Amino acid sequence: MKSVGSSDRILEVRGLSKSFGNKQHLLAYLRGKKRSVLNAVTDVSFWIRRGETLGLVGESGCGKSTLGKCLMRLHEPTAGRIFFQDQDILAFSKNEQQQLYTQMQMIFQDPYSSLNPRMSVFRMLAEAMKVHAICRSKKEMNNRVEELMEKVGLAPRLKHQLPYAFSGGQRQRISIARALSVNPDFIVADEPTSALDVSIQAQILNLLIQLQDEMNLTYLFISHDLSVVRYISHRIAVMYLGQIVELADADTLFSTPLHPYAKALLAAVPLPDPQSKSSTEAIAGDLPHPGDNITGCRFHSRCDAALDICAHADPDMYLPASGHAVRCFLYK
Amino acid sequence: MICSAPAPKLIKQMSIILDIQGLSTVFESKNGPVKAVDDVSITLFRGEQFGLVGESGSGKSATCRSIIQLIPSPPGKIVSGSILFEGHDLLKMSRREIRAFRGAEISMIFQDPMTSLNPVMSIGYQVAESLREHKKISRRNAREEALRLLRLVGVYDPEKRFSDYPHNFSGGMRQRVLIAMALALKPKILLADEPTTALDVTIQDQILKLIASLQKEFDISVILVSHDLGVIAQTCHRIAVMYAGQIVEVGHTIPVFNKPLHPYTQALMQSIPQGVRRTHTISAIKGAPPYLAKPPEGCRFHPRCSYVQDACRNSTYALREIENGHFTACINEGFIQR
Repeated sequence: MKSVGSSDRILEVRGLSKSFGNKQHLLAYLRGKKRSVLNAVTDVSFWIRRGETLGLVGESGCGKSTLGKCLMRLHEPTAGRIFFQDQDILAFSKNEQQQLYTQMQMIFQDPYSSLNPRMSVFRMLAEAMKVHAICRSKKEMNNRVEELMEKVGLAPRLKHQLPYAFSGGQRQRISIARALSVNPDFIVADEPTSALDVSIQAQILNLLIQLQDEMNLTYLFISHDLSVVRYISHRIAVMYLGQIVELADADTLFSTPLHPYAKALLAAVPLPDPQSKSSTEAIAGDLPHPGDNITGCRFHSRCDAALDICAHADPDMYLPASGHAVRCFLYK
Repeated sequence: MICSAPAPKLIKQMSIILDIQGLSTVFESKNGPVKAVDDVSITLFRGEQFGLVGESGSGKSATCRSIIQLIPSPPGKIVSGSILFEGHDLLKMSRREIRAFRGAEISMIFQDPMTSLNPVMSIGYQVAESLREHKKISRRNAREEALRLLRLVGVYDPEKRFSDYPHNFSGGMRQRVLIAMALALKPKILLADEPTTALDVTIQDQILKLIASLQKEFDISVILVSHDLGVIAQTCHRIAVMYAGQIVEVGHTIPVFNKPLHPYTQALMQSIPQGVRRTHTISAIKGAPPYLAKPPEGCRFHPRCSYVQDACRNSTYALREIENGHFTACINEGFIQR
């Protein structure tokens, strides 16, 4: 692995894990039973270049959002390290952490619950700037709020409106403006378009791309929608049950997926073209529960290509020279 | 000229099973009446899978619920139209008649498998309940029939799972149970309202394939409601596109996808980022769908349409046939003949 100092990497994650302890009944505790643990994210490593979009795709419950929240330290990781601009952010003090939030921000999935219903757009955008003392005068603050609103395509005259007055797409624009208010370098976008209709989704995706080009932003873009991830990302990581199983260039992943899960996932997407029939066979079975004890490869119970070894041992991430990383014994 | 979407030549010999004409459903709101379903006409053929596609609030679900009269009233009310099923007008039936009808002839699967099942009753009981409700059948026979249905929809080891509760089932399995319940009385029509929206893609794939195979096996007619053009393209023979409570385009799936005859359909298809990279910008539809208590005058899409003409601002809604079985509500000849 390259040294941490390689400057084009804005974020590097090594061996990150997050597990949640399940609530335990008092009686079970007194009987000396062990607390059950849910491993939401297990041993995840990746890096993101400055100005790049890394797409993170997977089905519900695979740990995508937990991973995003760990990067923002909204969850404290159980193990592993996170380097942001070459600094180990898990070792940061409260103060340093506060400072860090001027460089990284998050956009949440649900534009209906992620905005305070009793705060006007102006107050929401100004709040972060006040906390981080970004503006010196009231006038400067006012100008900046209007500038931000224009940047995300909202009319500045609406600045004193409360969230109820806006549609879902407009609310997501407010969330984006709020994230941009502190001039961050890195944004975690957690399913920013999945609550929106397709026609509005396209507006928001185009806005995110345009802002990235203008401000040299770096995105971690989390989504369950493969076509959205393909559209916006430079590279894509596929997650399954808490692990990244494949990581490659967006075009490479779609043209030659390697991991059997990635193949099945791509084949399961219904194409909006009635003449190209997608897969003939559906992938069998349900996702195992992340709280289950799974031995071996996490996908082996649903995999057609499973080898004997897959039931016993968990494969490592193989990183061939092409940079197309895959976690599967078939490619060892 | 006002007309419904009648038989295209290919399936003209097929019989019509459901004929909806000029259906309108209105919800009272404090801002005045909201016409959620406005003059909707659909002709459904026997053994056909018909897709209803549109964005949220376009009236897809309200149309389905109007068919089996599950519109909460008040505030909702079906104000006009007729729904003919084998010569009976569903809108003229008494509550009692419609209750016997629901489930037995037309049944529905709802969007959210997490909340559509009763959490305090076992799965087996819930599947057997509809059988016992509609037919004179012994408890044991109902159980046998429920087990057969669960096996049919792919619930593994149904004897063992019969007395399990919904919380023991995953989302995909619950949707299978709901399909089993919907099929229990061998209905002729299945209304599937976003049956896979709450599910992951690999599970969605399983459920769509299950519905398609059951539809063939039992020769059921299906109306599939979805906002996902991919789902519709892969499963339906004919589709109707809804916008702001109205059907704006109807036709066979392939021609509608190949050459949409309504600017909204075209814009909707162009806004899906399918198979494209960021180097080609996808074209978003500007603006947002209208508020239905105060819809725009004329064509409801005209404020967002890039082919808008003066005539669009005060035209009256009507579907007209352009090609064989392909209808549009658009009046712009230049766009249609492009």
